[in-house]
Amino acid sequence: MEHYLSLLVKSIFIENLALAFFLGMCTFLAISKKIETAIGLGIAVAAVQVITVPLNNLLFQFLLKDGALAWAGFPEVNLSFLGLISYIGVIAAVVQILEMLLDKYFPALYHALGIFLPLITVNCAILGGTLFMVERDYNFAESAVYGLGSGVSWALAIISLAGIREKLKYSDVPPALQGLGITFITAGLMSLGFMAFSGIQL
Amino acid sequence: MALRRLLDKVEPLFLKGGSLEKFYAIYEMIDSVLYTSARPTQHAPHVRDGINLQRAMTYVVWATIPCILMALWNTGYQANTAMTSLGLSAVEGWRGSFLSLLGVGFNPNSLWDNMVHGFAYFLPLYLVTLVVGGIWEVLFAAIRGHDVNEGFLVTSMLFTLTLPPSIPLWQVALGISFGVVIGKEVYGGVGKNFLNPALTGRAFLYFAFPAQMSGDVVWTAVDGFSGATPLGLAALGGIEAVTNSGFSWMQSFIGVEQGSIGETSALACLLGAAFLLYTRVASWRIMAGIFLGMVTTSLLFNLIGSDTNPMFGMSWYWHFVLGGFAFGMIFMATDPVSAAMTEQGRWIFGLLIGFMTVLIRVVNPAYPEGIMLAILFGNLFAPLIDYGVMKANIRRRLRRNAI
Repeated sequence: MEHYLSLLVKSIFIENLALAFFLGMCTFLAISKKIETAIGLGIAVAAVQVITVPLNNLLFQFLLKDGALAWAGFPEVNLSFLGLISYIGVIAAVVQILEMLLDKYFPALYHALGIFLPLITVNCAILGGTLFMVERDYNFAESAVYGLGSGVSWALAIISLAGIREKLKYSDVPPALQGLGITFITAGLMSLGFMAFSGIQL
Repeated sequence: MALRRLLDKVEPLFLKGGSLEKFYAIYEMIDSVLYTSARPTQHAPHVRDGINLQRAMTYVVWATIPCILMALWNTGYQANTAMTSLGLSAVEGWRGSFLSLLGVGFNPNSLWDNMVHGFAYFLPLYLVTLVVGGIWEVLFAAIRGHDVNEGFLVTSMLFTLTLPPSIPLWQVALGISFGVVIGKEVYGGVGKNFLNPALTGRAFLYFAFPAQMSGDVVWTAVDGFSGATPLGLAALGGIEAVTNSGFSWMQSFIGVEQGSIGETSALACLLGAAFLLYTRVASWRIMAGIFLGMVTTSLLFNLIGSDTNPMFGMSWYWHFVLGGFAFGMIFMATDPVSAAMTEQGRWIFGLLIGFMTVLIRVVNPAYPEGIMLAILFGNLFAPLIDYGVMKANIRRRLRRNAI
């Protein structure tokens, strides 16, 4: 139990996907103008992450890994070269389902997220989460916890960035830096704040 | 009055269309340092009081005076003690000539010797901060067309007080440049930033030059003398290691220990806090929140306990006096710009910082000191805390009126 708890804390704070690895930057910078939308997108990414990381874990453990097909009678087959494309496939399917659900039940959020919802498919934070899971060889339970933690970490980062950007509406940024420029600087300074956690051993 | 007449006479040169229009910021700066505005606000929605940004900021600088005095004495005292123990009787370089010019000795028991020796370290740090930061400030003010604000006086003083005495001066210049430009001016100047500029610069130095700044080895202003700060000792061997090496709680409370120049003395910080709270410049909610958060978290860690990590057993009254906790709590976290703005939000903001400080000190072996990073972390979440408080308020009032 303690192991899972420390994995969760580690994936949320110490190895924050957005602020320690700088993954998922495009949506991170583009959809952080308003807190409400950022909360919506954060939850959407976290939801996709919670579903796809364990799913991909099953895929990896029982189909792709070296010798994973032993249960079907092919112990010498290694399909791991199909990894990237299969993970993307799973992610795309999950995002598609999520999109339909949002369209049906939360149309306001669906319209607010716009093009960035289908773009979750190619959000590097999502694929990054899966690849970290493969690289670190998590088992199923660990990958579920890691999926939750990394999704929440990204959501936390984008929501707090949106909070700061709403406050920055009252700033007087030089014309050349307005918009994305100042957001890049802000994200850099935020990651300076998150450096507080780097080095914690759990 | 001749001065006032002179200022009035040259004023047209600096106004729009005058030949020195670009330098209006400098004129305005000199004018407002010398004179306060005589025009109070007149009408109903305004509070008719002379309190303005200038007075609020100047009060903070005044409140740091106990810390400055303590900084001067303690830096000199540490240096002189180290010199006595190494058997040295003279300092090399310009400091040596400066001290011998004044005929100052190196006796750690003499108040005067300590003060002047400390002054020889404090002055260059402060001057570099003031000049380099001031150049950036005036440059931005002139080009962007805003005033040079008294906020910079606070930033420069607080930044200087958080530096170790042995830091090279070019690093000081780099740190204050980062703090002023990236931490504040790119957002439009005082009141428009989201991180505390002094802390931003300090954190930049901390991560860029960890060898000089982290505080495991130290920080006495004498070449060839090294020892650990009490907090560094505590991270290795718990509070026993601190008491065994001869530090008592009282000593740490008064501030006779190694560390960054202005932050060693909790007593001096408390004097400053009393002034700030009496004049209501700083928020008591933030201070109380940090203190409560720190006490609860350290009690919690005491309760959990650990065989391998001695920091778990450190009690709250040690957390309070060691390192920069008191300084950060009183001067850094209460920065009205980067802290939470709502009243309940300030409690939450403070509790978060107190919690994070102890967490970093205890759990994170990479950093012995946590208050600086904890405040930056709190600053990141301050807008979100305010948002939550406001939303909750709106919801509560809607429910109250809904019948």
